[in-house]
Amino acid sequence: MMGSENADGFEETNLNAPREDMENLDLGVDGDDDPLKKTDVNGDTSNSGYRSTMSTLSTVRDPLSPPPTVMIPADSDPLLAPSSYEDFRSSFSSKPISSDNSYIEPPSYADVIFSPFDENSDSEINGADDSSLHSQFSDSLSRSPSSSSSDYIKITVSNPQKEQETSNSIVGGNTYITYQITTRTNLPDFGGPSEFSVRRRFRDVVTLADRLAESYRGFCIPPRPDKSVVESQVMQKQEFVEQRRVALEKYLRRLSAHPVIRNSDELKVFLQVQGKLPLPMSTDVASRMLDGAVKLPKQLFGEGGASAVPVHEVVQPARGGRDLLRLFKELRQSVSNDWGGSKPPVVEEDKEFLEKKEKMHDLEQQIINASQQAESLVKAQQDMGETMGELGLAFIKLTKFENEEAAYNSQRTRANDMKNLATAAVKASRFYRELNSQTVKHLDTLHEYLGMMMAVQGAFADRSSALLTVQTLLSELPSLQTRVEKLEAASSKVFGGDKSRIRKIEELKETIKVTEDAKNVAIREYERIKENNRSEVERLDRERRADFMNMMKGFVVNQVGYAEKMGNVWAKVAEETSQYDREKQSS
Amino acid sequence: MESTTEQPRNISGSMQSPRSPSSQPYLSVSVTDPVKLGNGVQAYISYRVITKTNLPEYQGPEKIVIRRYSDFVWLRDRLFEKYKGIFIPPLPEKSAVEKFRFSAEFIEMRRAALDIFVNRIALHPELQQSEDLRTFLQADEETMDRFRFQETGIFKKPADLMQMFRDVQSKVSDAVLGKEKPVEETTADYEKLKHYIFELENHLAEAQKHAYRLVKRHRELGQSLLDFGKAIKLLGACEGEPTGKAFSDLGTKSELLSIKLQKEAQQVLMNFEEPLKDYVRYVQSIKATIAERGTAFKQHCELAETTKLKEINLDKLMLTRSDKVGEAEIEYREIKAESEEATRRFERIVKRMEEEIVRFQEQKTEEMGVAFHQFAKGQARLANSVADAWRSLLPKLEASAAV
Repeated sequence: MMGSENADGFEETNLNAPREDMENLDLGVDGDDDPLKKTDVNGDTSNSGYRSTMSTLSTVRDPLSPPPTVMIPADSDPLLAPSSYEDFRSSFSSKPISSDNSYIEPPSYADVIFSPFDENSDSEINGADDSSLHSQFSDSLSRSPSSSSSDYIKITVSNPQKEQETSNSIVGGNTYITYQITTRTNLPDFGGPSEFSVRRRFRDVVTLADRLAESYRGFCIPPRPDKSVVESQVMQKQEFVEQRRVALEKYLRRLSAHPVIRNSDELKVFLQVQGKLPLPMSTDVASRMLDGAVKLPKQLFGEGGASAVPVHEVVQPARGGRDLLRLFKELRQSVSNDWGGSKPPVVEEDKEFLEKKEKMHDLEQQIINASQQAESLVKAQQDMGETMGELGLAFIKLTKFENEEAAYNSQRTRANDMKNLATAAVKASRFYRELNSQTVKHLDTLHEYLGMMMAVQGAFADRSSALLTVQTLLSELPSLQTRVEKLEAASSKVFGGDKSRIRKIEELKETIKVTEDAKNVAIREYERIKENNRSEVERLDRERRADFMNMMKGFVVNQVGYAEKMGNVWAKVAEETSQYDREKQSS
Repeated sequence: MESTTEQPRNISGSMQSPRSPSSQPYLSVSVTDPVKLGNGVQAYISYRVITKTNLPEYQGPEKIVIRRYSDFVWLRDRLFEKYKGIFIPPLPEKSAVEKFRFSAEFIEMRRAALDIFVNRIALHPELQQSEDLRTFLQADEETMDRFRFQETGIFKKPADLMQMFRDVQSKVSDAVLGKEKPVEETTADYEKLKHYIFELENHLAEAQKHAYRLVKRHRELGQSLLDFGKAIKLLGACEGEPTGKAFSDLGTKSELLSIKLQKEAQQVLMNFEEPLKDYVRYVQSIKATIAERGTAFKQHCELAETTKLKEINLDKLMLTRSDKVGEAEIEYREIKAESEEATRRFERIVKRMEEEIVRFQEQKTEEMGVAFHQFAKGQARLANSVADAWRSLLPKLEASAAV
């Protein structure tokens, strides 16, 4: 059903409008809650600041941590820096921001050492006692409640390689990076249990995201990784490439976790078709003009017959150069809406929608807050582990020193006591670090859902823009009608009829008919999107609650496990130094 | 004049069992009840010093006096002057930061440190017989003030001590002797000791630094747990049931643990970091004693040399039957007496230090053992609290997740 609406004339949705288009519009509207300008920042919606720390993460990666490609489990994305939340909030209010946010200061916790305690080795390191508990939480994307355990689809992104654009120029083409995308699945849609790989570049991912946004209006589509406006030199750097690889993997996995999108043609094509990605890259004016599909001049200056909006294009929100006229109209409409002029007929449902929107906004604020505090907690745990370790080391040095210089037995005794303390401190330090790497994985769920909140906003925006289209068309009809009536009245005064006026009347009547049809289509589309919204939000709420509960459980289980371990270690030292227990000896 | 021939009595102090039979000599001191007095810049803390004893030298079985920090400094300076060679127990530092000076935490830590200071003196076989100690413990406040004002300025300030100490280190050749010979002990054992003390200070300072940071980390972790708990509660309120209740419980536990962490931070500060700091101070006190020994050694060497020269001169004069013989003989006898005194002083320092080192090592092993034990117990208790608190949530979380 989703695919059937994909008629030929695909328009780009404003979800992924290239920045240039944004600049061309120059409607001079700033800071309005204008659904047409739902995009933020770079004109990139999807991820804006969301994962942009990815681009700066590796610059502060702890030197002790093993190379990222091997060690960092793709799911365990460290939490975002607070600064990127500004981008979030602004994207909701659709304020245009300066687009220089590619380099957001990485959070200090990003120094968390991802010691080799990834999902696979958890059970080894932690021993038999709680291996079962840990293996449960190995995949932070586990939405086990919603997906049935029998079918699976696992996507891996790997093996980045430099490639060159074929070009006839002497200079040669641009270089770009491609990634190998391997899918392992047993879903019937992909032809039963199989494994296959393709090579894709980032541009292909953008295309995929754009096409999905068009096809699945009203859906909560996971946001794609940032475009990252950086110099080409940086683009080639290993850190950047690695961050992008991780981001792409997360994105594709999220897509495949979505119960509807995982079955989409676009995704299937993306994952399976070898060679060039057979999806239209963009549906902008230039390419369509070449196809002869655009009657640009008449649309731009349109009065008269050709000013009617082609029906199928009503399905998409107004976008791009050719839609200037439509945009002006819809803008006029939204302005008149704001001024409380003509009351749009669909107002009564809006209240519930607005409430829901408000609630989502609240929720998002709380998730942001919790995510920030989680980040502080992670940092505090890490610092504790570090300092404990340093303390242990200092005492080990002292132990060695006293032993070497010992002239009295009391020194040797003390050296021994210090050794026990130092050993415990070093162990405790390690436990803190292990605990922390697990905590990061669990609390990362908060992070994941921030991305999903963006997807919800996208879905809501789809609905708003569809409604605006309906309202615009609705308001056009009366004015067209009036013009017809005026012309008929004027024409009837002329004896024998007014040839030119009659012709005009005919044209207008035709326009009215087309507009009427368009209106009906728009209303159907609006209803469809509303329904998508509803079911998606319901699904999301359900999944989110389940995931949060799992997250908390995982977090708590970890805290218990490691606290027990630390308790044991220190109890041992207390035992070893029990001769110094003054509480017992005071009489 | 101190009496050096008296045998140290086995006096028990407040650090041991206070309920020793009354026939056995005891001297027990406690420093309590800090009270802020005065205003503004001149504000200071006064302490109650309670002495319980059955020693004949003291006025009665119990005496209470009011003392301030500078009185303790007076006592320490006097003891340092009179009992060279003994490692005088260290005092807590004078705080430079105005605001911090009167925080409850600081006041309590200082009180505890002063209490330890006096008790160490009371337990020391030689120091406990000091007249200055008796003055400190018994004199009324006016007398104490008078003593304090008289004595400041006469005795060396720490800066002077450090300078003397540097002289010992730098091997400055002696101008009086006119020789290039460095006037310093070079016995292997003593060299070893000096090296040990210096290195020890470095190691201890590092350990203490990390211990202090660890206190901070406890506080920071406590704070972040508090904030996290609050945030989770708010998030739960947004989500509605059953998530809401589960999150609310979780947030509450988090806040609870935050309090435990703050408490443990304070414990670590008082029972672990402070003993380490005290250890460092003790080592610094030893360094001051080493400087004193260096000075005494120099004096002993110089006077011995001078005596020899005077003797040679006297012999010369006697041979030539000069009329200056009488004068020279008197001079010679005086110098000889001084030299013998200087040698005695030096040797007493050496002997004392030998005993002190043994005491010091034993004392430190004991004190650090206690500190380690308390630290380990505290950490174990904390870890168990954490485990218990989080564990109590699991049944509810299981139940909610099953929904």
